[in-house]
Amino acid sequence: MKLNLKIWRQGGKYKGELVNYQLDGVNEHMSFLEMLDVLNEELVSKKEEPVAFEHDCREGICGTCSLVINGRPHGPWKATTTCQLHMREYKDGDTIVIEPFRAKAFPVIKDLVVDRSSFDRIIQAGGYISVSTGQAQDGNAIPVGKDTAASAMNAAECIGCGACAAACPNGSAMLFTGAKVSHLARLPQGRPEAAKRVQAMVAQHDTEGFGNCTNIGACEAECPKGISLDNIALMNREYTAASFTERPVTVGAEGA
Amino acid sequence: MAIKEVDVHGLKIKESDRQLDPKTPQGSIDEKWTYYKGHVPLVSPANKMRIDVIVVGTGLAGSSAAASLGELGYNVKVFTFHDSPRRAHSIAAQGGINAAKNYRNDGDSVYRLFYDTIKGGDYRARESNVHRLAEVSADIIDQCVAQGVPFAREYSGTLDNRSFGGVQVSRTFYARGQTGQQLLIGAYQALSRQIKAGSCKMYNRHEMLDVVIVDGKARGIIARNLITGEIERHSAHAVVLATGGYGNVFYLSTNAMMCNVTAAWRAHRRGAFFGNPCFTQIHPTCIPVTGEYQSKLTLMSESLRNDGRIWVPKRKEDCGKHPNDIKEEDRDYYLERIYPAFGNLVPRDVASRAAKYVCDEGRGVGKSGLGVYLDFSTAINRLGEDKVRERYGNLFDMYAKITDENPYKQPMRIYPAVHYTMGGLWVDYELMTTVPGLFATGECNFSDHGANRLGASALMQGLADGYFVLPYTIGNFLSKDIRTGKISTDSPEFTEAEKNTKDRIAQLLSIKGNQSVESFHRRLGKIMWEYCGMARNAQGLTKAIGLIRELRAEYYKDVFVPGNDKEYNPELEKALRVADFIELGELMCIDALNRNESCGGHFRDESQDNGEAKRDDENYAYAAAWEFTGDPSDPILNKEHLVFENVKLATRVYA
Repeated sequence: MKLNLKIWRQGGKYKGELVNYQLDGVNEHMSFLEMLDVLNEELVSKKEEPVAFEHDCREGICGTCSLVINGRPHGPWKATTTCQLHMREYKDGDTIVIEPFRAKAFPVIKDLVVDRSSFDRIIQAGGYISVSTGQAQDGNAIPVGKDTAASAMNAAECIGCGACAAACPNGSAMLFTGAKVSHLARLPQGRPEAAKRVQAMVAQHDTEGFGNCTNIGACEAECPKGISLDNIALMNREYTAASFTERPVTVGAEGA
Repeated sequence: MAIKEVDVHGLKIKESDRQLDPKTPQGSIDEKWTYYKGHVPLVSPANKMRIDVIVVGTGLAGSSAAASLGELGYNVKVFTFHDSPRRAHSIAAQGGINAAKNYRNDGDSVYRLFYDTIKGGDYRARESNVHRLAEVSADIIDQCVAQGVPFAREYSGTLDNRSFGGVQVSRTFYARGQTGQQLLIGAYQALSRQIKAGSCKMYNRHEMLDVVIVDGKARGIIARNLITGEIERHSAHAVVLATGGYGNVFYLSTNAMMCNVTAAWRAHRRGAFFGNPCFTQIHPTCIPVTGEYQSKLTLMSESLRNDGRIWVPKRKEDCGKHPNDIKEEDRDYYLERIYPAFGNLVPRDVASRAAKYVCDEGRGVGKSGLGVYLDFSTAINRLGEDKVRERYGNLFDMYAKITDENPYKQPMRIYPAVHYTMGGLWVDYELMTTVPGLFATGECNFSDHGANRLGASALMQGLADGYFVLPYTIGNFLSKDIRTGKISTDSPEFTEAEKNTKDRIAQLLSIKGNQSVESFHRRLGKIMWEYCGMARNAQGLTKAIGLIRELRAEYYKDVFVPGNDKEYNPELEKALRVADFIELGELMCIDALNRNESCGGHFRDESQDNGEAKRDDENYAYAAAWEFTGDPSDPILNKEHLVFENVKLATRVYA
């Protein structure tokens, strides 16, 4: 099939604009990114600069690939990353608009590549259980119900791609933050730090310039892993509870 | 030390008479690690603060090592070429992680995990390392549970297990079909905690392009900032490489697109010996190739073989039929037929070769004829579709998205593909390479899997190295550095290494030829797959060596790398990696040619017993450790003789 591509180019000679490309010989068995590979091979053979886009595992798990395809993060398929989207979705003559993930906290680096290090900083703020190597007790010492483990896993499946923030009109990353808060808060191992964790992570989320949640739900609809809005609700509950129980620790209160 | 020249099928190979010493501690096999830990010199907390360690790579091996070293109090600088340390390819591991917990009361033990791994590796791994791996395996599960890894549970709240290939116990722990992801996120969270604490400093989007050796010790790296293109110098008292495997030398593999050998290869060029480069694992259950444009292959987890049955039609004439129209009695469940004791759960190398044979006989399925069926109808009838969905739902979804076929209604089509590399930098018992102060962990080293890795053991090894081995063994080296002080980056060695890197980049950009980097990579992959893939022989390997040499010459004459070095330039990154892959590819073929026996994943047509690998223990019970001489075509072979005191050398039998 033959496609009309409108691709966001930014950096070098491009100030930031949609550039038109015609691509012939696209096969329905190709993945979306393989289609872009073919375009880039063609550009390189014409000694033009290829389109920069990020990708790695191409199995839908590493969270590196992104792209807003015809207005939708990761394209039209439900619960599917861009790398798993296949060209049988499209037909000869289609026009496809390809843009980077957009959010205030995701500055564009080049073309379709954005900087998502804000997500790392949200995790660094408290998205972990403070257990050093060697401190663990036996894995079966604390029973974790099958359903509890499953609900923690549902949240833990987040791949940190940023589609939630790109989909949100407020540029909010509450689904990402809520998924991590809820993954750890649901497990008995995560409870001792739960209150401090949610406060620190939400504060960092706001510092990074992500917007607030106004219950639109675009994040859940576009999430390639189907992470549920319930996680935002649980985060809000944890956050509210923490505001009653957590007091700032005064200097010297710890240790000594 | 003398070097002699040996003629191997017409190729002159230089061989050293040096015996590499793995520095295995004293004592019986189950006392060695305890003895080592009790006697290794320590570095006091006050001194750790004065010592810098560089960790390159943030997969399971790198993140776990960096976090653990940071917790101990070292100053750790961590490098990844990804945009975030959470992306490394460990994340794609699906099925599970082994541990000798014996929660199932099914007869598992440290010895049995050790034995299975040695046997599974076809007796080409070092006993002492493998035993240590089995010893620490149980601690890994405990650590991960404490970090919040949501492993699958029973209704009672205890941890669930399943079986993997090559074993007769259930010792594999798992988190749905995303075990690697969950373990990596656990390690990433531990690393994030240390970044927050200030003990680890993270360098995202930085690619290591050289290791710097000062006075014979690894004292730093040269890295390229992938956003600005700047070449940076970073110093430390020791360098840890946790940079993964090199399966992408075959172009098509189950590895992520960015997986490459450059860090390990650059270390090799600086003096680290490369161990058993030809030992590659071809995984039996991957989605078959569909076209020329294909960029990578997708694995379907080995865990599927718990419930999936592999078959092809008994008769060639039936291959074109729809699988559901082929009657039960016309199907050949060949693994169950040939290997009744292990059935569909034979080790990967055995399952892959069996698939190749039935396809070579013309009984392969799918358009290309290169495929076999993996059928779940028996399991669905026995357990119901919901139970099967609960166990493998994400894998079935992924299969459906890629192939547009519904595996609940018809069998999957699968075919072997390159998946893992057992070879890597040669390391001693302490995981140190032949360059003092340069350590290698995880898939990047050669140590624990011999000639074939068992399923769910890669995650185990990566985390064992990072959490529980390296933090002890690196102390032995660093204990001599408590008075050294900061390592300067102004030394002539850093200047030389930086210049070397800049020159390589300038050279690639200046060629301005007519062929893309990608096209060279694809051609290299075809040579490797055809002559150094599932079956190898002297004639083919000799031919491949010639073809790769020609390809390398052509690369430096005609490659085209667009853009410049002062910007974000993925084509330039790829050009540097493919240059190293070409050199590695030649070494792999030389190693495969030299090893005139079959063992595990290395199958030489000349050495077989009715299609089963035939080892030659008299002549090849050694690890080959190749030394770089300055000319990639002229390496020197060094040997570490493998001693088997606790497992009797025997022919592997899975029937």
